[in-house]
This record gives sequence, C-alpha cells and structure tokens, in this order.
Amino acid sequence: MRSAASGGAPPTAPVVRTLAPSPVSILTAPRPQRPGHDWPGHSLAIDEPLRLDCGVELGPFTVAYQTYGTLNRERSNAILVCHALTGDQYCADPHPITGHPGWWTTLIGPGGVLDTERYFLICANVIGGCMGTTGPRDTNPATGDAWALDFPVITIRDMVRAQKLVVDHLGIEQLFCVIGGSMGAMQALQWASSYPDSVFAAVPIAGAARHSAQNIAFHEVGRQAIMADPDWCGGRYLSLGRNPSRGLAVARMAAHITYLSEAALHRKFGRNLQDRNAVTYGFDADFQVESYLRHQGSTFVDRFDANSYLYITRAMDYFDLAAEHGGSLPAAFAGNQPRFCIVSFTSDWLFPTAESRALVHGLNAVAANVSFVEIETDKGHDAFLLHEPELFDTLRGFLTGCAEHRGLTRFWP
Amino acid sequence: MSRSAALPLASVPAAPPTAASDSELRRDLRLIAEMIEPSARVLDIGCGDGALLAYLARTKGVDARGIELSQSGVNAGVRHGLSVIQGDADRDLAAFPDDAFDVVVLSQTLQATRHPRQVLEELLRIGRRAIVSFPNFGFWHIRLSLLLRGRMPVTELLDHPWYETPNIHLCTIRDFVALCDEIGAAIERSLTLDRHGRPFFLDPRGSLANLLAEQGVFVLSGKRGKPRS
Repeated sequence: MRSAASGGAPPTAPVVRTLAPSPVSILTAPRPQRPGHDWPGHSLAIDEPLRLDCGVELGPFTVAYQTYGTLNRERSNAILVCHALTGDQYCADPHPITGHPGWWTTLIGPGGVLDTERYFLICANVIGGCMGTTGPRDTNPATGDAWALDFPVITIRDMVRAQKLVVDHLGIEQLFCVIGGSMGAMQALQWASSYPDSVFAAVPIAGAARHSAQNIAFHEVGRQAIMADPDWCGGRYLSLGRNPSRGLAVARMAAHITYLSEAALHRKFGRNLQDRNAVTYGFDADFQVESYLRHQGSTFVDRFDANSYLYITRAMDYFDLAAEHGGSLPAAFAGNQPRFCIVSFTSDWLFPTAESRALVHGLNAVAANVSFVEIETDKGHDAFLLHEPELFDTLRGFLTGCAEHRGLTRFWP
Repeated sequence: MSRSAALPLASVPAAPPTAASDSELRRDLRLIAEMIEPSARVLDIGCGDGALLAYLARTKGVDARGIELSQSGVNAGVRHGLSVIQGDADRDLAAFPDDAFDVVVLSQTLQATRHPRQVLEELLRIGRRAIVSFPNFGFWHIRLSLLLRGRMPVTELLDHPWYETPNIHLCTIRDFVALCDEIGAAIERSLTLDRHGRPFFLDPRGSLANLLAEQGVFVLSGKRGKPRS
C-alpha cells in the first residue's frame, strides 16, 4: 500500500503504519497526489487487488479519506463515519466543489456529539464513489479510458472491505465505533457482521438489514432516468465529453422526495407559489416545491457522477445481511458482538421503524447488547442529517456509556 | 427501612448507599436490586426511565439491559448510557434465546400484559431466574374498598380509574402462586410488602400474606431442570 498526501504539510496520518509511538495530529488536511483529481485530504493507494463480491479482482485502487481529531496512544478512540448514498468523506469540512459545510457538522466538532477533542474520526469515500476513491469515473488501466460500465459492480461489503484496509493502514486494531445513517447504517451493520472483533460499538441510524422492494423500486426509477438521458451514451459520456446531467438531476429529484416526509414538505412549502401570485397554466415551476426540487437536482449534478450513482444505488439494492447467512439475520451477528445503538425516525418511510425493529429482534436472538430508540420527528429520512436534539442526546449518552465500558477515560496521550 | 433477619433474600450485602442513588430508587426496586448478584446479566422488562438498571450498573457492575414500552422512557435510558430497547413484554420476548440472562425482572408490569401466563413462561425461558413484583388485589384495603364502597378500588399502587387503567390482569398473591404451580415455576424466595413498602415475612401461600400485603415480590426459576442458584 502506498499512501499519498500532498499540500506542503509532511505526510501525517498514513505513516501510522509504522506504528509510531506518538499520536498523530491530522487537523490540517494534506492534499492527495492523484492525477486528474485534486481533492483535499488523504488517499491510500492499494496495489493488492481487492476481491469483490461479484468475483472480480479490483486493483490497484485508491481510497480517499478524511480524518479529524487525534488518535490516542492506545489507538482506541477511533470512530469510523460512514457516508450515505450521495455523501462523501467531507463530513466535517467544506465540500471542495460546492463549498457547503460538511454533511455532519451537526454532530462533528470540538465538544460535539462526535467530539473531535475526544475521538479520532475517519471518513472514507466509498468504493465506486466519485470523490477520490476509485470508481467508474476513474481510468481503467486496461484501456486507458474511464471505467464507465466496465467498472465491476460493488456491494456494501466491498465498501467495508476497502474501509478495513484504511483502518488497518492507520494501525487501528479495533474501532471504538462505526456510525452512519442510511447507506452508512448498512456499512455499520456490515462492519459488525464481517469484523465483529474490530468494532466496539455500532450505530446504524435510519437503516435496515436489507434494502426493501420499495427502495429498490425507487432506485430503479433513478437509474432509468439517468440511462434515458441521451447524453448518458451507454455510460461512456466522459470519453465523449458529455454529461447526463438532466437524467441525474431527475434521479436526484425523485430520490429527494423519499428523504422527506409529507408533513415536512407541507410545513416547508405547502401549495405556495414560486415568485408569482397565480398559477401560469403552463409547466414552469409554479409551486415552491417544484422549484426546490429542481434546485436540488441541478446543484447535485455539479458534484456527483452519474455512473457512480448507478453503482452505489446498486450496492444498496444488493444489501441483505440475512441472505449472506443462509437467510438468518441472527446468523449474521454470530460471534463477539459490539454494543449496538439503533435509531429510527417516526416519519421515515424510506427506512421505517419496522426495519429497525426487525434488526433489533435479530440482535436479541443472539442476546447482543442493543439499544433501540425511535425518535419522534416529522423530518423524514433526512432527519439524521438535521438538527435533531433528541438524536444528539441519544448518541451522546450511548457513546459516553460505551467510552466508560471501553475504558476511554484518557483521551489525550 | 428495617431489614428483618428472617428475610431469606439478601444473598449479597447491598452496596453502600451512594449520593442520591438510594433515595431515588423506589423501595420495591431497592429490594429487587438486593436480590441480584454482582456482574449478573439482567433484563429489566418495563424498565421505565431505567432507574433500577442505572443503579445495578453503578453499584453491582451488572450487565444491565432494559425493555420499555414508552418511547420517552427508552430515550431517557439510552441518553443515560443504558442499553434499552423500545418494546413490550407480550411481543418482544420471543426473540431472545433460552437462558439469555441470569435474572429477568418484571416489576409492577405483569398485571398490564395481555397474556400474563405466556409472559411468565417466557421470563423463565429466557432467564435462569425471574423476579416478579405485582400489586396484590387481595390486599385488605382493596377488599374493603370494594366491599364497602362498591366501587373499583383506586390505591396508591393502582391509581387509575377503571376506565383508563393499563392494569387489565390484576391478581391476588394466591392467584399468582396458583399460576406458578400450574406452569411448574419454582418459588425460590418471596417477599411481601405492606402499604408503606416495608417488607415482612409471611408464607405466600397463607391467607394472612394475601390479606396484609399490598404487593408481592417473587423470585422464580424454571422447571426445566435448570440448576437452582
């Protein structure tokens, strides 16, 4: 494995591989040395091919990641933050393309729920992504052209395998916690199932042990929208200098509706008109909700790759922990289980509470140490990204309890 | 609280009362806590805000888990670092494997379940021992209230009027003992509490206990040839 970090500062985090005795401070993020991509942060180049669930060996490949806070001497205070479908490793600093604050700044920071003064946070772009980790937009060494649809289909387990390499690289034997919402929750569950000894606590928020038929259906709508865009060109749009941005925008618009709730949409927009006093008897965005969705779609295409969207939605569709274990969810959690905190939201109809409860029952069957909280909110699935004080209190309480059990009394070396 | 030497309960000396902990804990919960060995695996069903769990974890290093119906109770427990899941005794015990816990606690909850008999059987399946406390409907005050006033009794323990009480399966101590016999549950210990929550020792099978006790606390074990502790 080769680690790359550029930008003036000496390479810091990745050299932990040598198990240096001193703590690693990574508050100033260096820049990677990937030709064509100049995203800030760390990247780990891995020469050894990764055996994927689809049977293909992918490699060499790169994983881009961000870190926050300081790893303690015992390397026992690391939290892996797993991003959702359209998220990336910039969970707590400005997005390099949009300039928007990190997607989980509600939780992460000094004194925050994910307290960067106590914990060392790692967030890696998933494999198949488009923010520095190898994905369909990158160059296929066999052809010298973008991978496009020649990129192998990846799964949540493949994403987790790649993350495990980063965690190993940082010299961390056991993560204090793996946390994530939505697809991030799937990764947290996969970690607990695949590497139970490497995780002390797992926090799947607004997740499920498998992707439901309804969710697969919504993803298919998004994929078909992308593929129906003439600029998609069978996936080879990059080589042809085109971009299926209309299709990707429609996919985003449809998906965005599923992240909200009817109550939240009504509260935010109702039937309010956009910059006009009456409907125009046309197909312009008369309603505020239309204008909002169009905005969501058009800003999304600036920062996301259409083929990545196909691959990552597919990975979620294929996720079914029980199926990996002969149809038995408890069998997925055999062995030494981490402590779980499962959180759902009352108005989340994409990953409803029933999914989390099924997960709880599966964990009860192996007498795992599990907490389960359903939080009352009208914000829908997206609640995990928003200001939700009850979520913050729950996570803070759970993590503090876990830190006591883990003996994390000393956070600084 | 006077602890009678005749009480066959306290297998372990209670932890020294710390700060607010002892006074905060309901008296019947304190008695239950005294029956639980240090480091035991405990499931508290209907754990409310988790007061017993917090006390057990703090003073006895117990691996404490809870199930609570009310979401506010669950959230309060998890906020305080306890392992609590939202669920109910009628529906959510089936998921647990046999003998998952050393002790399963069901305090002041049995009378509010839909199927008390199945719940009791589940307790004995998933726990090596079960500690069950419940209000005694044979308590003299309740009998007198019904006899003299002809109205459904409302007491400190049973403080809802009949039309909104969650307590749909009330029983007397004798009823409970009969059910234990019927399902083959062994009564390892029992404790009767007077109306001030003070324990006194009387044979739970006798008429006097059934008349004088406002609540009963029973330690049960299963019939499946499990080693008795």
